[in-house]
Amino acid sequence: MPKRTDIKKILLIGSGPIIIGQACEFDYSGAQACKALREEGYEVILVNSNPATIMTDPALADRTYLEPLTPEILAMIIERERPDALLPTLGGQTGLNLAMAVADNGVLERFGVQMIGANRDAIHKAENRAAFKAAMQKIGLDLPHSGAAHTIEEAEGFAREIGFPVIIRPAFTLGGTGGGTAYNMEEFLLIATAGLEASPVTEILVEQSVIGWKEFELEVMRDRRDNVVIICSIENFDPMGVHTGDSITVAPAQTLTDKEYQGMRNAAIACIREIGVETGGSNIQFALNPKDGRLVVIEMNPRVSRSSALASKATGFPIAKIAAKLAVGYTLDEIPNDITRLTPASFEPTIDYCVIKIPRFAFEKFPETNDTLGISMKSVGEVMAIGRTFPEALGKGIRSLEIGRYGLEEPPTAQRWTTEQLEAGLTRPNPGRLFLVAEAFRQNFTIERIARLSAFDPWFLEQLRLIVALEGSIKDAGGAIDTTLLREAKRNGFSDRSLGTLTGLGEDEVRARRLAAGIVPSYKLVDTCAAEFEAYTPYYYSSYEFEDEVTTTSRDKIMILGGGPNRIGQGIEFDYCCVHASFALREMGFETIMVNSNPETVSTDFDTSDRLYFEPLTLEDVLAIVAKEKPKGVIVQFGGQTPLKLAVPLAKAGVPIIGTSPDSIDLAEDRKRFGALLEELGIPMPANGTALSLDEARVVAERVGYPVLVRPSYVLGGRAMRIVYDAASLEEFAGEAFAASGKHPILIDKFLEDAIEVDVDCLADGETVVVAGIMEHIEEAGIHSGDSACVIPPHSLPAAVLDTIRDYSRRLATALKVIGLMNTQYAVKDGEVFVLEVNPRASRTVPFVSKAIGLPIAKIAAKVMAGAKLRDLGVTTEVAVRHYSVKESVFPFNRFPGVDTALGPEMKSTGEVMGIDPDFGLAFAKSQSGAGQPLPTSGTVFISVFDRYKERIVPIARRLLDLGFNICATTGTAAALNAAGVSACRVLKVHEGRPNVVDMLKNREIQLIINTPLGRRGKDDQLAIRREALVRHITTITTIPGAAAAVTGIESLARGALTVKSLQEYHAGKTF
Amino acid sequence: METSLNAARPALLVLEDGAAFAGTAFGAPGEHHGEVVFNTSMSGYQEITTDPSYCGQIVVMTYPLIGNYGANAEDVESGRPWVEGLVVREISPVHSNWRAAESLGAFLGRFGVPGISGVDTRALTRHLRSRGAMKGVISSVDLDAASLQRKAQASPGLVGRDLVREVTCAKAHTPSYPGEKRHRVAAIDCGMKSSILACLAAVGCDVTVFPASASAAEILATDPDGVFLSNGPGDPEGVPYVIETVRGLLGKKPIFGICLGHQMLGLALGGRTYKLKFGHRGANHPVMDQRTGRIDITSQNHGFCVDMDSLDPAVVELTHVNLYDRTNEGMRHRTLPAFSVQYHPEASPGPHDARHLFDDFIALMDRNRP
Ligand SMILES: Nc1ncnc2c1ncn2[C@@H]1O[C@H](COP(=O)(O)OP(=O)(O)O)[C@@H](O)[C@H]1O
Ligand SMILES: Nc1ncnc2c1ncn2[C@@H]1O[C@H](COP(=O)(O)OP(=O)(O)O)[C@@H](O)[C@H]1O
Ligand SMILES: [Mg+2]
Ligand SMILES: [Mg+2]
Repeated sequence: MPKRTDIKKILLIGSGPIIIGQACEFDYSGAQACKALREEGYEVILVNSNPATIMTDPALADRTYLEPLTPEILAMIIERERPDALLPTLGGQTGLNLAMAVADNGVLERFGVQMIGANRDAIHKAENRAAFKAAMQKIGLDLPHSGAAHTIEEAEGFAREIGFPVIIRPAFTLGGTGGGTAYNMEEFLLIATAGLEASPVTEILVEQSVIGWKEFELEVMRDRRDNVVIICSIENFDPMGVHTGDSITVAPAQTLTDKEYQGMRNAAIACIREIGVETGGSNIQFALNPKDGRLVVIEMNPRVSRSSALASKATGFPIAKIAAKLAVGYTLDEIPNDITRLTPASFEPTIDYCVIKIPRFAFEKFPETNDTLGISMKSVGEVMAIGRTFPEALGKGIRSLEIGRYGLEEPPTAQRWTTEQLEAGLTRPNPGRLFLVAEAFRQNFTIERIARLSAFDPWFLEQLRLIVALEGSIKDAGGAIDTTLLREAKRNGFSDRSLGTLTGLGEDEVRARRLAAGIVPSYKLVDTCAAEFEAYTPYYYSSYEFEDEVTTTSRDKIMILGGGPNRIGQGIEFDYCCVHASFALREMGFETIMVNSNPETVSTDFDTSDRLYFEPLTLEDVLAIVAKEKPKGVIVQFGGQTPLKLAVPLAKAGVPIIGTSPDSIDLAEDRKRFGALLEELGIPMPANGTALSLDEARVVAERVGYPVLVRPSYVLGGRAMRIVYDAASLEEFAGEAFAASGKHPILIDKFLEDAIEVDVDCLADGETVVVAGIMEHIEEAGIHSGDSACVIPPHSLPAAVLDTIRDYSRRLATALKVIGLMNTQYAVKDGEVFVLEVNPRASRTVPFVSKAIGLPIAKIAAKVMAGAKLRDLGVTTEVAVRHYSVKESVFPFNRFPGVDTALGPEMKSTGEVMGIDPDFGLAFAKSQSGAGQPLPTSGTVFISVFDRYKERIVPIARRLLDLGFNICATTGTAAALNAAGVSACRVLKVHEGRPNVVDMLKNREIQLIINTPLGRRGKDDQLAIRREALVRHITTITTIPGAAAAVTGIESLARGALTVKSLQEYHAGKTF
Repeated sequence: METSLNAARPALLVLEDGAAFAGTAFGAPGEHHGEVVFNTSMSGYQEITTDPSYCGQIVVMTYPLIGNYGANAEDVESGRPWVEGLVVREISPVHSNWRAAESLGAFLGRFGVPGISGVDTRALTRHLRSRGAMKGVISSVDLDAASLQRKAQASPGLVGRDLVREVTCAKAHTPSYPGEKRHRVAAIDCGMKSSILACLAAVGCDVTVFPASASAAEILATDPDGVFLSNGPGDPEGVPYVIETVRGLLGKKPIFGICLGHQMLGLALGGRTYKLKFGHRGANHPVMDQRTGRIDITSQNHGFCVDMDSLDPAVVELTHVNLYDRTNEGMRHRTLPAFSVQYHPEASPGPHDARHLFDDFIALMDRNRP
């Protein structure tokens, strides 16, 4: 069937900020959809609040709205744009739920917008747990025994009936939000209450537990002729009970006979037909009883998902792109398979390798919470690895994770596990179980015993056992390891680094011997068809096989190293930069080579670069690709810290790094060298020193003066960084820092209190330095730059300060001989500017700055690195903007029970949103709304601030009072406010009696909370308030400047209604 | 569960063009020759090895991890494996599945079938794809590549050879399946997969299986409601006697053919067949019904193909086409009750999408009831 001509304009909804359960895979799917629809001549209108996405690049849609994803804003956009159709299935759960909201409230009907892909009924049937259950029963599919409840009483009834343990799963949520396993009634009531709260339709499924069964997923596609194909099957290594997003997963399914697989396939097809997803992709999850093969359906996601991104990367079949084409009326057979070109998309990919996905966690950021895994997702990123065998893929997956492990072997420093510890660790689902299995084998546990403890399938366990056995042989061989064993080890995924440790030879020596013996990886193609047809897309993975399929060309090549798995501190922003680098260099005529291991990304889309290597980003793996491709230049500046760490070793190995030199990178990263440079330049930095002992620390702290900032060396994202106010606390925190620092000294800086923090991104080509964006942070210095909100242009800093900042930035870029991008952080204290740090690379803020100023600075930087001059590119002066752009951060606190929501110098956010408006207040209000913390315009504000801030809160409270808010406050704060003539009623703290503030929160008597924490964890009795507010979705502000900005926002909202405007209108006349 | 602790035995696969692939032996020791072909199915190795259509062939599995779920007594397409040898990247040292009774290696070993593991099967597949399926020898007794190449060259190929003889049943029999039976079907067994029997039984057919040598008269004497032409190994031109039988049945009884059955029907109708470069073997080929536009994902296993240009379109309608390479996948006689498909609606292994063809056969028989 040809494409539809009755629709011309299509609205796409993105998935908003990166959160746990919804990461950059939806940028990948959305970007593919935009491209696919425009290719077909449709006008595409895009809404997404996340500036760090490729999809929101103005070139990808006809009109791009960087606006909050709320039904109100969406209605305004629909009214303004009058699209013919809305495609709801590519923006994750957020996009789906938002589409449902505008369908339910009549907006779609009012403006004559039809839903394509999946309609309201189908979405309801799939996402409403009760409707889904009924549908599955109708077609004769088995499900665990369950009941759908809308009240806690109803839920309790089901729990009694089903018996413990029971599983609680909310409707219309993502990544298992609000779900849990209850082993007793007390636990049940807690989880069920939270679950009902988390579900936008107040519905939970109370279900019989099938924990320990095998979990499978199928990725299904359907076209409007009712042709259905399965793109990929996925088997979870972690059994049921661990969210698929937190499970290690393997594609294709490994332990199903064809009979069982076809049974599952038939069930999936029946499911998509019954649910009625008209066109596009769906993900269907199953559980299988390993004892008798009983198959039950767990859920269906009627949209593209994290798993479909994985399936796309695992098979080479671009699910999102095809879904978009199917939505406009094509059938599968009418769409060519891009990889084979001559065959159509109406087929089922077959693969001839093994794919493993391993999640990446961030529990170290949240020490207050424990790392037990369950049905609510907690991982922040993932890696994918491809190998010809399971051990080969696993080895690559482990070293892609960047968790300091290069294989299954225990690090030399690890302490020995006791049998009891092993048994407990294997039983409790946690991120380290993979390594515990290996250790258990080392301690001669049998497969049966480990399987009994962990419910891992014996097939997987045997694979691990073989690796451990081989590890034993390697250790025994030691430095005398022969070529046969070396080859065997490489074929089983052992890294040079692991082999270096196991043999005692060291990584370099192992590599030297390996190369001397001619043991090098061969690269194979991902081709959707197991070599049955010729493939035209150079999408490679390495394997220690016999035939290499790489065909190289004589064109000049530039290789871009990606950022690896998403984690807190290094996420989608860096992938954005890598993608831009690739686009820019292709424009210049280079052949680009992308290397990355993160399946969620746009960079690993097979048509982003000329060639794609889906490989770990370790020295070994990168050197091997360099040897194969011999690029003219390698870019390490765009992928964040991951490739930057490789700069020096790569340069040492003779790899041509382009852009800022590895020596300059080292100069900026090395505190000593950098301090000397600043001194030479006469640029101030906070007084500081290093210490190797507590005594030394005391001396340094006395010298620079309290408060001080204490942190270990060589850590990222502000790990274990603490603000210390007095000598007594120094002892405690210095201890922690010494522990994290190893044998390196700890760093002690004068902490600049109440300073304004500023981030600057600039471009430099060796001759010219251009400031791209100056971002004034909303929160004071001391809140990690990745966690604070910021605004372009600065809204309060005086011109003289800005000039100083420009001057410092220029001089730093010149001194560091920056070619490309540089990010500098400053703190402005009493009008004086201090440098906090310099990152001679693309920073997290690059996409935000690009969208705020309307210049693709990552692209420009890439061109400069390849030899272009800023002058020739027409980039010589700072862009003056007439609107405000506010970036706000988004946090994963709701995933981690008990964790404080207060901010500090250690980064905790997973994503960001942008608000844009000519008025600062409105831009800020939009950013808050986009971040899920909408500013209320009336009601009651609860204020409780720490003594230091009592004075500064008064004017803020007065403005709120003027806006008509009621104010209530805790004793001290209320006294201070009343004394200053701002009337505030007193409410009790939790321990002061009842009714207290938490009661008021529960009764929804409070609309806004301003609560500054004490600055140190654990000792703050107001944690309970912040946690309650989080569960109840009550907007909470934890800093004074944040509160001031919020009030400005509320004032703006009170003055006039919000309006929407596209990026293309803001940046009319500019090309991206 | 069992692990292979026995020391690795070397094995070698050599093609007639001299390409050699070293690996480790599993299954039975020994030496077999055959046409080397690849199958892209990710599951179903037990169905594949026991499919009589693979008689005379050494099968390369493109999916690298084989043997993961072991072997059981149910997932077999006949009483024994028929492949001459099995080539894999990695034979699983352990198997895990609630139905598994033994390892794949043990299963093949019991029937004297050799396997070779550790081969770069992707390289081998690419070789076969570009040069075409060819003869080869798999051996764990002779490890001299030159010698094996000579043996491969000297071995008989598939073309023109009657392999059906080796796989057909000795005498007519009527296997019993539970359920109500409303149609009596005579099946000509050229190496019929047992799942075809099961599919026919599932739609209510009482099937009498005849040896391939049965004559039209013998079959007509039992007055069946319809005749089924089975799959089978090798070149359809190698079985002129069955084609003769088909000719004798055409127009007299409703006919349904699968795979070799399809090719034999084509020849009986006066058409020609030709050999494909490397054949179709897998579980993911899209086949479109030209009449409805419906696409089924199909199970495939054939090296020969009906040349539709050799048939008169006024007499024979091309009903199905392979969307990968546009080759013929099905046809129907415009006036006589006969239709056939090149692919495998009984799947096993593979998708069940095309099972509805068995209903079509029932409908055809109903329409032609005297
Ligand atoms: N009845 C059950 N017994 C045990 N585990 C379950 C059950 N139902 C779901 N789970 C686990 O919970 C996870 C999340 O449930 P799911 O419905 O897929 O939530 P989401 O929609 O957030 O992905 C699943 O991946 C599975 O591991
Ligand atoms: N001397 C200081 N005074 C006040 N705040 C500081 C100081 N040094 C760092 N900070 C705060 O700590 C945060 C993290 O420090 P930074 O050096 O940027 O670490 P990272 O390398 O993790 O980004 C900064 O964003 C800033 O808010
Ligand atoms: Mg799920
Ligand atoms: Mg879901």
